[in-house]
Amino acid sequence: MSTGLEPRRQVGVDVETTEEELEELIGDRALARDDHKNAPGFVIRPDEVQDVLFDLRDEAGFDHLSCLTAQEYADRYESIYHLKKYADPTQEVSIVVPTTSDEPTSQSAEPVFRTADWHEREAFDLVGIDYEGHPDPRRILLPETWQGHPLSLDYNQTKPQVVSLTEHANPIQPDQKGAESDTMFLNIGPHHPATHGVLHIKTVLDGETVADVEPDVGYLHRCEEQMCQSGTYRHQIMPYPDRWDYVSAGLLNEWAYARVAEDLADLEVPEYAQVIRTMGAELCRIASHMLALATFALDVYGDFTAIFQYGMRDREIVQDILEDLTGQRLMFNYFRLGGVAWDLPEPREEFFEKIRDLLDELPAKVAEYDDLLTGNEIFQVRCVDTGILEPEVAKQYGCTGPVARGSGIDYDLRRDDPYGYYENLEWDVVTEDGCDNYSRVLVRMQEVEQSAKIIEQCVDLLEDWPEDDREIQSNVPRTLKPEADTETYRAVEGAKGELGIYIRADGTDKPGRFKIRSPCFHNLSALPEMSEGEYIPDLIASLGSLDIVLGEVDR
Amino acid sequence: MSSDQNKPRQSIYDSTAPSTDTRDSRIGEGADDRFNSKLREAFGSTPFILTKFDKFMNWVRGSSMFMLQFGIACCSIEMMHTYAIKHDLDRFGAGVPRASPRQADVIIVPGTIVSKFGPRMKRVYDQMPEPKFVVGMGSCTISGGPFQEGYNVVKGAEEIVPVDIHVPGCPPRPEALVYGIAKLQERVANGESSPVVVKPYELEEFGDLPRDELVQKLADQIDEDDLVMRYNWSDSP
Repeated sequence: MSTGLEPRRQVGVDVETTEEELEELIGDRALARDDHKNAPGFVIRPDEVQDVLFDLRDEAGFDHLSCLTAQEYADRYESIYHLKKYADPTQEVSIVVPTTSDEPTSQSAEPVFRTADWHEREAFDLVGIDYEGHPDPRRILLPETWQGHPLSLDYNQTKPQVVSLTEHANPIQPDQKGAESDTMFLNIGPHHPATHGVLHIKTVLDGETVADVEPDVGYLHRCEEQMCQSGTYRHQIMPYPDRWDYVSAGLLNEWAYARVAEDLADLEVPEYAQVIRTMGAELCRIASHMLALATFALDVYGDFTAIFQYGMRDREIVQDILEDLTGQRLMFNYFRLGGVAWDLPEPREEFFEKIRDLLDELPAKVAEYDDLLTGNEIFQVRCVDTGILEPEVAKQYGCTGPVARGSGIDYDLRRDDPYGYYENLEWDVVTEDGCDNYSRVLVRMQEVEQSAKIIEQCVDLLEDWPEDDREIQSNVPRTLKPEADTETYRAVEGAKGELGIYIRADGTDKPGRFKIRSPCFHNLSALPEMSEGEYIPDLIASLGSLDIVLGEVDR
Repeated sequence: MSSDQNKPRQSIYDSTAPSTDTRDSRIGEGADDRFNSKLREAFGSTPFILTKFDKFMNWVRGSSMFMLQFGIACCSIEMMHTYAIKHDLDRFGAGVPRASPRQADVIIVPGTIVSKFGPRMKRVYDQMPEPKFVVGMGSCTISGGPFQEGYNVVKGAEEIVPVDIHVPGCPPRPEALVYGIAKLQERVANGESSPVVVKPYELEEFGDLPRDELVQKLADQIDEDDLVMRYNWSDSP
């Protein structure tokens, strides 16, 4: 399938791009430098966005638009394009595009990166920057009748806005029925058992074939960025990441915040705490992938009694262990900046015993899932060669995590941009080349085994850790006030993919701008590519295999 | 302690004939034995249940509640665990998640309600047949919880639908939800959650009622600007 979006040339993809080369490539188009802590930054004119981004993508191999941050300063608006390479995510560059306060118009990057489509809609929705040449300039998270842009400076965030049902566009109004054509409009959600939460999918059917799909998000937009911007670095932000990807992936999300804040304030983390973090995070990954598997079986088979319950059974075991570790079943709030909240529970032997039991039983359980699910002919008929997502398309949409790895993209931040204790452990990145729903399920199942491998090594390490060297937190100042205008963007490998956070410090103890890069947001935006032209049941299977969490899509 | 003379006639304690004979003669044979239910068997020969009809209906309602399969946010994960093995809400006669609101008695509101979703949830609630009950799960349905100050967040489910039971927690443990639902069953069975209650926001529907003292008092309590949903009742399904 050709999308017309393939890079024009594949030059220098695996070659490291030095800062001098970047300077040379951007040349006169760079008005100034605005370096971030994680990457060199170049300020460019708002009408040269496409030009510069095309060059960076095609000449220097920056093929991953990781994130787009929009923010308002007292004297200007600013869009920051955070670019990375799929081949090496430590190679980063930030393109800063300032626009005036009076007329915040900037050129759209959508022709370069398809994922900019949703990103720029979000930037328009929340901050109020207009993108010239954008194919679909509408609000994305808030209702279309919303007044003002909530993250802009002059917005009154305490004033509630009344949004009645009649003010929403009615998706099934008569003019959608298409008296002329023979297509049918099908409205799925926002309350529907197969949408994994409050997702709304506007679908146009031609017979049983999907002609057009438009995911409509924002039914769980809980103002996470506003919440994080009004909390202090040290303690008040950490509870919120738990609630982005709430499928038990809490520790993975907390790590995203911990990593970016530790990077911003130059905090050390003791090795012992890193091992505990790694172990906890991988337990969360198992729980999260189990739910993905369970609900996928529910979507594809309507199987509420066997596989779904098996998945829940295994999650309960993992949750019990995590509860012993953190004190909570779901919203852990266990990480602290510079370490973790407390040491492993006493008696330690009993705790390790519990984890070892889980690990011992896991291979048999995985074999059972293989029997029930992946080895099942009906399942294969539903999943093999449906929901095809080609690697080049996946890159265009910024897909990461199991979705990208199911399309054969060998990209895992745990290995490629190491953090925690991962680089000292033995494990593999799982990829599958099928690009279909089946591959994505296989990747998740194998990742469960890899996570188990990581946990086992962590338990071995922790068991032998000398008792007088168990430092769980480094010395962190009571109030963190990073220097004004320090900016950084850092990402970790969450359960669903690359979970990144951009923070701009403004000299106070609260972030000036807190932007969340959600993997589900990108993965979901690729849904139309995967399901258009396929049958309607395949749309549901594709949606299930993306494993989205609406709390993270909408934030 | 039992002696033979205290025992009833053998034909009574050793045989089911006295009750089944009466029952069979009452129910008859053939096509009509559809009434021959377990309940009948339990009642034996007695053709009457001595109870108030209301009380009986309340007991029935409390003993078999169909829940709406309805997930919003974090709490829905714990709600799934409540339905699934280990906690198994079905033990309490309340564990059949129905995908359609038309078949549901109880809606558990599991999560944060935001301005875009509020009207949709109201519509789902409206589609449920009476009598219907609402369990608010988690802090977000009480006050907006950790997101209370959010520009987009509805400050509690009570702004949109009437809530019978609030289960606090962020999220509540499955045990807490089971307790909340058991409490709801208890209230329903005792007739404390009466099936049809006129809530202040519903007054518009009864706008043509004679304005007696009570109606006036309730109407005065409504601050029209504060109503999150100005709902169009005449077009509602």
